[in-house]
Amino acid sequence: MNPLTLSHVLAAVLALSVSGAGIAGPREDQLAAYAAAAKAANPAFAGFSAARGKTLHTQSFGLGKPDTPACTSCHGNDPRGAGRTPAGKTVEAMALSVSPTRYVDPAKVEKWFKRNCNEVLGRECNAQEKGDWLTFMAGQ
Amino acid sequence: MKLPRNFPLRPFALGLVAVAFSAILFGRAQAGGSHYFPPVADPLVKEECGSCHLAFAPSMLPASSWQRMMANLKDHFGDDASLEPDVAAKIADYLVSNAGDRGGQRYSDKLLRGVSAGNAPLRITELPKWVREHRKVPDWEWKHKEVRTRANCTACHVDAAKGYYDE
Ligand code: HEC
Ligand code: HEC
Ligand code: HEC
Repeated sequence: MNPLTLSHVLAAVLALSVSGAGIAGPREDQLAAYAAAAKAANPAFAGFSAARGKTLHTQSFGLGKPDTPACTSCHGNDPRGAGRTPAGKTVEAMALSVSPTRYVDPAKVEKWFKRNCNEVLGRECNAQEKGDWLTFMAGQ
Repeated sequence: MKLPRNFPLRPFALGLVAVAFSAILFGRAQAGGSHYFPPVADPLVKEECGSCHLAFAPSMLPASSWQRMMANLKDHFGDDASLEPDVAAKIADYLVSNAGDRGGQRYSDKLLRGVSAGNAPLRITELPKWVREHRKVPDWEWKHKEVRTRANCTACHVDAAKGYYDE
């Protein structure tokens, strides 16, 4: 087996174990890609963690813009409830159980990770952080 | 005029009144009373320019403003609102062709009075007419936690998303 197919199989297995579902869709594909990137960046990477994702979501970092120290500044404290941006726009719940149509457009997901991580952390999120966060939301 | 004896006059009259009334409403919207600014109708623009705040009506700024804004989405009032170039180009087209000195002209007369397109102002909330309309709004109201920023039109204008700004 060449390394490429091995990493594909590994990614697929990870995606399955994370989603718990047998059918791979765009969400699972994106998680698998994040897993592969996380593994490449850190050989000790052993899978995504909803607990780490929860910390990322709720912790007040205050490293980006002053009015948005945390993801919850806009997304609200309850992942199953709606949030609100500083300019007053309602943001539908991030929990997959409440908003089942989320995270199916990989470009949209990437676009908002980039913007929002900068707003909160003052930098982009890495693949592991993105996977952790998505795993947390998938379980909510 | 001689009407047949059993002509149903009342429903007819009521119908006339209703027609006249809707003509007035329609006329106002068409003429662009100072309260109505047609909301963004394009789904792409609604999605990309309406997630962080209300998708502002294109007729509220001149074309030069939209061109200037769309040329630098990377630093958009301190936010990164950047888009793929083809998406940005489509959105710019829509905003420019419906701008207050283009397709949206009949709605924007008053709001854009005294505005020089050459200055390409980026904020609706800094247009002289906007400032004048809001000069009576007290300071505490702007700071109220349901308002927080002048750009939060919907906090005070509940029908802003439909284009109506009469309080
Ligand atoms: C300044 C406000 C703000 C902050 C802070 C914020 N978000 Fe968001 N987020 C939004 C908005 C607005 C959207 C797009 C609206 C929507 O999808 O309903 C969004 C969408 C997203 C999406 C895409 C959802 C989808 O359906 O594809 C992800 C992923 C996301 N945010 C993650 C995060 C993470 C992680 C953090 C913290 C690091 C964070 N956000 C902090 C405002 C914010
Ligand atoms: C990532 C979030 C985000 C996105 C996406 C975004 N904006 Fe904004 N926009 C902002 C912020 C933040 C402000 C400043 C709000 C304030 O002053 O409170 C702003 C302000 C504005 C203003 C000035 C409001 C005023 O004060 O009069 C206009 C006009 C505007 N945006 C248009 C757009 C257009 C057009 C798009 C789509 C190409 C867009 N925005 C997309 C975040 C965003
Ligand atoms: C804090 C509350 C508040 C916010 C926020 C606010 N407005 Fe207003 N606005 C008012 C009030 C009050 C009036 C009425 C002034 C009057 O009738 O004398 C008004 C009047 C107006 C008018 C004139 C309507 C008319 O009757 O001719 C327009 C247009 C308008 N606002 C647009 C906006 C836009 C666009 C925004 C967001 C960029 C905005 N407003 C944000 C309170 C607000």
